[in-house]
Amino acid sequence: MNYRAIYAIYRFEMARTGRTLLQSIVSPVISTALYFVVFGAAIGSRIQAIDGVSYGAFIVPGLIMLSLLTHSISNASFGIYFPKFVGTIYELLSAPISFAEATVAYVGAAATKSVILGAIILATAALFVPLQVEHPFWMAAFLVLTAVTFSLFGFVIGIWADGFEKLQFVPMLVVTPLTFLGGSFYSIEMLPPFWQWVSLFNPVVYLVNGFRWSFHGTADVGIAVSLAMTLGILAICLAVVWWIFKTGWRLKN
Amino acid sequence: MRPIIQVTGLTKSYASGFQALKGVDLEIRAGEIFALLGPNGAGKTTMISIICGIVRPSAGRVLADGHDIIEQWREARSLIGLVPQELSTDAFETVWATVSFSRGLFGKPRNTAHIERVLRDLSLWDKKDSKIMTLSGGMKRRVMIAKALSHEPRILFLDEPTAGVDVELRRDMWGLIRRLRDTGVTIILTTHYIEEAEEMADRIGVINRGQIVLVEEKAELMRKLGRKQLTLQLAEPLAALPPSLAPYALEIAAGGMELVYTYDTRAERTGITRLLTDLASAGIRFRDLQTRQSSLEDIFVSLVTERP
Repeated sequence: MNYRAIYAIYRFEMARTGRTLLQSIVSPVISTALYFVVFGAAIGSRIQAIDGVSYGAFIVPGLIMLSLLTHSISNASFGIYFPKFVGTIYELLSAPISFAEATVAYVGAAATKSVILGAIILATAALFVPLQVEHPFWMAAFLVLTAVTFSLFGFVIGIWADGFEKLQFVPMLVVTPLTFLGGSFYSIEMLPPFWQWVSLFNPVVYLVNGFRWSFHGTADVGIAVSLAMTLGILAICLAVVWWIFKTGWRLKN
Repeated sequence: MRPIIQVTGLTKSYASGFQALKGVDLEIRAGEIFALLGPNGAGKTTMISIICGIVRPSAGRVLADGHDIIEQWREARSLIGLVPQELSTDAFETVWATVSFSRGLFGKPRNTAHIERVLRDLSLWDKKDSKIMTLSGGMKRRVMIAKALSHEPRILFLDEPTAGVDVELRRDMWGLIRRLRDTGVTIILTTHYIEEAEEMADRIGVINRGQIVLVEEKAELMRKLGRKQLTLQLAEPLAALPPSLAPYALEIAAGGMELVYTYDTRAERTGITRLLTDLASAGIRFRDLQTRQSSLEDIFVSLVTERP
């Protein structure tokens, strides 16, 4: 195991966050604060409590999940795509580091950034709404699991993408709509029965609800189902990454 | 001398059907400077990319100091440094950070003294805290060499190392490459500058259309394939050659003021003595004479054009 190489990539990626602090941390915190102002204070004050939880507190897990998913994907996809774009990927491919080690480093860095971001958004939320976390262990577990899973997904997108448009395509046009429609801002029980049924095909529903359960102790779907779904998505991402390792797809001619 | 790189039957075919390498066999000796010459698309970069692990071979085997590049890839890659043809750098990083990163990537422990030495050798020390985007093209090229040297490789591949750099920097790099060779590093360079191969290499390989056309000691190559020209500057202009000089296939040049005789250095007799005697007999006097060895470029051009 080339631990030094893993650490070198991890440090390199974390240093990149330091250079782009405004884009990586400040920007999502400001946009989250705006969500609280608009949905929590302005609109939320007119919406009834859901399962005994005020609307402002209800949307916190969904908001964190929204940022967690999009930033995990963006961080990891950009991390591996940028060396491809500027040509420095040659160094990674010629170094004595395995694909698995490179993945651990890139995904680890992207997930770390996302978890830090999630914690900052949580702290920001605490300034706007009264917050309590009923199951802190599961909250941390869902946070880390989701960050790792979607960083892996982002890593795959970064390898697949051959242009910046493709890089933005999945987070903007797939993940963000799925998150908005995945019960981030509402309980799916508020939907008509048909759309409730349709929502169950949206994997983000399970992620948001698992996370929400760890905060409020209630959710639209069972915790076991949420956990199984999260692990299932993780397994799919791992399988795809493993296949890329085997074939060198989009990395080696 | 033992080979440090052994290439056997190396083949690379792309999905399009294009065969970039056609069963290449090659041995690189430890501690030598080996120049790989070839026209664009000959397969130079493909071969280097395979040896360095960037491109997967279709068939064949490569050993780096006895380590198979596929089965023992970690050991093999640890030995190799690569400076690619393209100027590919992390624009937003500092010189120090990017060179230190390369060392870590190759699994080497932190060694600031070594990084400092490399940067000083490449005249980059003053720029160590500069972002790469602020550097000139020549400086960026040096940064890429510094990255390749950061992990103390025993084999260094330089793919067109002096492409686009000025004459002064090119001379500096030649000096650096020689110093590296003196420390025991084996250097394989590809170049379009024949002058570079002629100046630097111990041995020269020529690759054309995915096949190694020739591998030879540079001096031997020059001796074997070199032709020489004897130019006689005449005392008086000559309008036509007398019939007695016809067997020498002389050329009249400089408006009749020069006679050029081309001869083979490998021949048992060059014919120079007899030519000078026959010139005297024909009453042709000359003021001066000079000889010129054909350059490696002439040899290279003849090799790649002779074989379709």
